[in-house]
Amino acid sequence: MAVAGPEVAEGARLRKDVRGSALRLGLLVVPVAFFAVFFAYPVAAIVARGLKVGDTWRLGRLADVLADPDLQHVLWFTTWQALASTGLTLLVALPGAYVFARFDFPGKQLLRAVVTVPFVLPTVVVGTAFLALLGRGGVLDALWGLRLDTTVWAILLAHVFFNYAVVVRTVGGLWAQLDPRQEEAARMLGASRFAAWRKVTLPALGPAVAGAALMVFLFTFTSFGVVQILGGPTFTTLEAEIYRQTAQLLALDTAAALTLVQFAAVGAILAVHAWTVRRRESALKLVDAAQTARRPQGTVQWALLGGVLLTVLLLILVPLGVLVERSLHPSAGYGLDYFRALTSVDSGAFLVPPIEAIANSLEYALAATAIAVTVGGLAAVALTRSRRGGGAVGRIVRGFDALLMLPLGVSAVTVGFGFLITLDEPPLDLRSSWILVPLAQALVGVPFVVRTMLPVLRAVDERLREAATVLGASPWRVWREVDLPLVRRALLVAAGFAFAVSLGEFGATVFIARPDQPTLPVAVATLLGRAGELNYGQAMALSTLLMLVCAVSLLLLERIRTDRTGEF
Amino acid sequence: MLRLDGVSVRFGGPAGQTALDAVDLDVAEHETVCVLGPSGSGKSTLLRVVAGLQATDRGRVLLGDRDLAGVPAHRRGVGLMFQDHQLFPQRDVGANVAFGLRMHHVPRAEQDARVRELLELVGLPGAARRAVASLSGGEQQRVALARALAPRPRLLMLDEPLGQLDRSLRERLVVELRELFGELGTTVLAVTHDQGEAFALADRVVVMRDGRIAQSGTPLDVWQRPADAFVARFLGFDNVVPGTVSGEAADTVWGKLPVPPGSAQGHHDLLVRPAGVRLVPATDGLTCTVTARTFRGTHVAVHLQPEDTSAPRLEAACALRDAPETGDRVGVAFDGADVVVLG
Repeated sequence: MAVAGPEVAEGARLRKDVRGSALRLGLLVVPVAFFAVFFAYPVAAIVARGLKVGDTWRLGRLADVLADPDLQHVLWFTTWQALASTGLTLLVALPGAYVFARFDFPGKQLLRAVVTVPFVLPTVVVGTAFLALLGRGGVLDALWGLRLDTTVWAILLAHVFFNYAVVVRTVGGLWAQLDPRQEEAARMLGASRFAAWRKVTLPALGPAVAGAALMVFLFTFTSFGVVQILGGPTFTTLEAEIYRQTAQLLALDTAAALTLVQFAAVGAILAVHAWTVRRRESALKLVDAAQTARRPQGTVQWALLGGVLLTVLLLILVPLGVLVERSLHPSAGYGLDYFRALTSVDSGAFLVPPIEAIANSLEYALAATAIAVTVGGLAAVALTRSRRGGGAVGRIVRGFDALLMLPLGVSAVTVGFGFLITLDEPPLDLRSSWILVPLAQALVGVPFVVRTMLPVLRAVDERLREAATVLGASPWRVWREVDLPLVRRALLVAAGFAFAVSLGEFGATVFIARPDQPTLPVAVATLLGRAGELNYGQAMALSTLLMLVCAVSLLLLERIRTDRTGEF
Repeated sequence: MLRLDGVSVRFGGPAGQTALDAVDLDVAEHETVCVLGPSGSGKSTLLRVVAGLQATDRGRVLLGDRDLAGVPAHRRGVGLMFQDHQLFPQRDVGANVAFGLRMHHVPRAEQDARVRELLELVGLPGAARRAVASLSGGEQQRVALARALAPRPRLLMLDEPLGQLDRSLRERLVVELRELFGELGTTVLAVTHDQGEAFALADRVVVMRDGRIAQSGTPLDVWQRPADAFVARFLGFDNVVPGTVSGEAADTVWGKLPVPPGSAQGHHDLLVRPAGVRLVPATDGLTCTVTARTFRGTHVAVHLQPEDTSAPRLEAACALRDAPETGDRVGVAFDGADVVVLG
């Protein structure tokens, strides 16, 4: 027999590496193409339009913008309010994540859906709800003469309201699947209850907490609608300033410069995040979530549950309640007048009855969810595989990990406007196509899909995959038979998130939705922007409907999840 | 049927740690070979190489007459039972067993019949609908075995098959496994760190150390003539001492030891089996102090410290009624039939 043994083996190994790399890169083709065409290209084009005269770049504008004391103030405020909002959200929501993960109580599913509702409300509606609660003539003003709308607290509270679900769902989702025996082992070794949590559970939750904090930070850093309404003249974020420069002052060059500043800031944050996450990644021992939750025991646990329920009541239900109350409260007394008005075109705000926005929104959001789950799912699978191989391909893939988060941090206004000026000529003339809106909405959905699926995919025990392989499953079958059943839950959560953000997306949609096919948030904003009690009331009514649509969708999703837990 | 030809694996690139170092191994059809070694000796890596889960740096793996280089793990047609079973948590027992059959596109009716047959074979009839989480350790082990056997692999590999089970269950299962493999005519390559398990299960035992094969032979061979001090100690023999063999005696710190006729001459390690350590009155032979007694059921292991405290301790096996108390001073004499000159 030939003595080519070692060379043959080396060759096989090389072939295997090449095949693995090709597979990983192949999985990334769709996500990369999607981001290149529908994100990088429009954003680059709009920046170029602002900063390029003829063939020369006027990068001097960047320095001008950075030197402007007003804009410096905007940047400073944007940063510290985002940090404060993130800290406050974690403080308020982490106990909530614990309660949802570890305790069983009646109405838990309903409550989980309820806390997610704020997240999908259009930012303008959230702003309006808080104004009705905290502002002049608001509920607190009427009761105790307390007004917070002139302070930064209104913004911070609205941000917590908004992002509570992000922390509860991403952190709580993982927490529910952590094996409680790990903590018990630490207690047996002499750790106090808190020390056990801090030394065992917290490190395991670390990546999820960091991921959630990053998302909250990005949302609040780029906050637009809330600040627009609650910020008044004193408080302005970068995003609101970009909108003002673009839509009101038509100063595309300043807007482009600010977009770049925001881009750089977000890029820096993501780089730090990627670095910290990589150091903490580890495979976790996951168990069935249904087995870890139990009835609270003892005063402390009941008090904790009570505290969380009270927080949810004050922070989430009260603002939502105010919204509903306003929709039912025309000056003539309680009634459904505002809802009735939604079915007619009489008010003249739209070419179609505002009620049609519900169907539009649902169709768009479903399409956007499908796109986001496909693109994000492929990216998440590719990123999971990257841990097994090193080398240049691994680095490229990991770099893409951070890039995936950028849409969350880039001005939606810029993206929407970019869509308008770039996707209007062959071969990509999508101006008149309905798909334009779902594409823009999917862009913000993808990071959620990736962030939700990645921790779970990475936590799947590699040897389970090997067991399937040895039994004859090809790599694709392994994914379908082992990974998919284990991540189905995460996939559904991810789809829910993508659906929710698509439903509530406003900044980009407002530029590209056609006047005869408005989405719910766009319709609400249009109505709010018009004078008159009927318009205001209709906006409240439509917001209430949007809220109900979200709540029902999320409840259905919760139902699906529980049906499958038996399998999980 | 299985042949490894100079297989080397290094973790972390060419400069990394060596897991397998030019390993040659043959497993014949219907043979049960047990690889025995401490953790970190490379035995699990050996299985992973054959399964195709670990790439080799050098050497060839042949199954039948086919070179497995470039054959992906899922097309190798070998079975592997994982150390902690790795049953699919989201599937019930039947679906776990049927998994490999599904992957090989076996028709549904045939799958069901085979699952029934296998569950009966491993002593879990009617368990097909049970949830994996509801199984005890022993039951999980049986399901894992049924799952590995279901696609009729040409070679079945077991990684610490009985590692996590309690002793009595382990001893019973080892006998069951041996009978089962005999009946089925399966070719088996198992790895374990438990010598009792290896000796009970295997036709041939391969002892590994630091990625190399230290000894290979029938259980009796290996037990009677360990190749070196490492193997002897790994098999649980502690009476190992360096010495110089000359004729039919050897000079050691324990004094002059008789050795069997025809032993290798010169500097060697010597092994004295506990049965070959005879207790005599303190005035005769090597004077020792009893440091501990361990009850072993059929006999008592007596631990002895020679007066010269730099000399290694000795273990003697004695009948219960003859065993001295801790602290007693006794003399030790050696029986040449139980002395082995190691390589």
